[in-house]
Amino acid sequence: MIQAIRRFFIDRDYLDIETPLRVPTLAPEANIDAVPSDGWFLQTSPELCMKRLLAAGYSKIFQISKCFRGAERGRLHVPEFTMIEWYRSGADYRNLMDECEDLVLFVAEQLDRDGTVTFRGRSIELEKPWERISVRDAFLRYTPVTMEEALADDSFDEVMVTDIEPRLGRGTPTFLYDYPASRAALARKKKDDQTVAERFEIYMGGLELANAFSELTDPDEQRRRFDEEQEYRRQAGRTVYPPAEKFLQALANMPAAAGIALGIDRLAMIFTDSASIDDVVAFAPEEL
Amino acid sequence: MYSASDLRKNLKIQIDGEPYVIVDFEFSKPGKGQSLYRCKLKNMITGNQFDRTFRSVDTFEPASLEEKKMQYLYREENKYCFMDNETYEQVFLAEDQLEDARNFLIENLDVEILFFGDKALGITLPNFIDVTVTKADPWAKGDSVTGKTKPVEVETGYTVQVPPFVEEGEKIRIDTRTGEYITRVKD
Repeated sequence: MIQAIRRFFIDRDYLDIETPLRVPTLAPEANIDAVPSDGWFLQTSPELCMKRLLAAGYSKIFQISKCFRGAERGRLHVPEFTMIEWYRSGADYRNLMDECEDLVLFVAEQLDRDGTVTFRGRSIELEKPWERISVRDAFLRYTPVTMEEALADDSFDEVMVTDIEPRLGRGTPTFLYDYPASRAALARKKKDDQTVAERFEIYMGGLELANAFSELTDPDEQRRRFDEEQEYRRQAGRTVYPPAEKFLQALANMPAAAGIALGIDRLAMIFTDSASIDDVVAFAPEEL
Repeated sequence: MYSASDLRKNLKIQIDGEPYVIVDFEFSKPGKGQSLYRCKLKNMITGNQFDRTFRSVDTFEPASLEEKKMQYLYREENKYCFMDNETYEQVFLAEDQLEDARNFLIENLDVEILFFGDKALGITLPNFIDVTVTKADPWAKGDSVTGKTKPVEVETGYTVQVPPFVEEGEKIRIDTRTGEYITRVKD
């Protein structure tokens, strides 16, 4: 599967790059905790380094690497997992949606699947076009509350997990797009609706597979949004990370671009119809 | 105090002064969202179940449960009597609280009874018990078909599959965790 993924990107002239796993600063996020490493941190994602490369002039880059997140363990989570991130200058999140459809279809074909995959008891058609629905519409369609109401009373995450996620990606994969701006600190806000950001996620059989943005390139706005995330963390008594100064400076040189992170373990779960992420990793942490 | 990251199946916590056991547990985290700890909780006294989703900031009191060594005395209809050998205190457990354990209660068996305050909630049996076979079809010595087992009844009324050479009146050892025959026991 990974060979097929690399083949897809190399054929499209993407550069396969490696960036350091152990880093001194991170993009602060309200709900992601980094694993400390001797004063520095293990990356929660290669995003900051990848964007600095975009700013340095590399226009199509991808990386398959391990990411590390504290206190995330469950049937779909292991604290050390494998992700692919890819970025394209001059593209926006809609271009990435098309690319994802092509990627998954290509991988399925390389794995000798006939354009469908069976996962969690359902047959999922991989042919284009996949379902596309906005977060706001998903709330209207699947829940008794609106997106704004759920944000206001802090039930957004629970409603997503209980009412919306299980309904996504059933007959065909689903792109869930235009998240509230407060849930997309690194994404560009939508021009004609500043309450949402150009972010989408992919779901297959109710399983969250990938997260993508039209990237935010305004350093001042990025700094402000980082500060908001840090403030949230500070108030919740969580570690506040050192500011990502070099990244913010590089951001001024970054061209308009879109980027995406896709869970390789999760994709493997889909192609093997596995009930647990433990089934697709060589060793779960408890087995070491 | 437990924190949310301690939550797991079979953990016993106290909510509003009542003991609950987590019978089902799921960790969820929607992308960029909060960690959600979804639990199905069962009240250890009433048996009522309900679902609740906890967040990372939540903390929990461990259920103040105690295990006491007691001995099984006798059964009265569907209530089973246990006694503490030192205090002579007696408690009764109902059939549904014992579940399968009632198949393995022999007179004077040493067990541990789980208490919440003064309420008896459950029982932990020793891993193995030795019981007498009270009803078994006789073994015709010529009958040496390998892999065959036969059902026999033991003194508690429980039926278990055993090898064909086990006879009525003999003592056998049973694993209380699986309910299976282990070996014959010589007195």
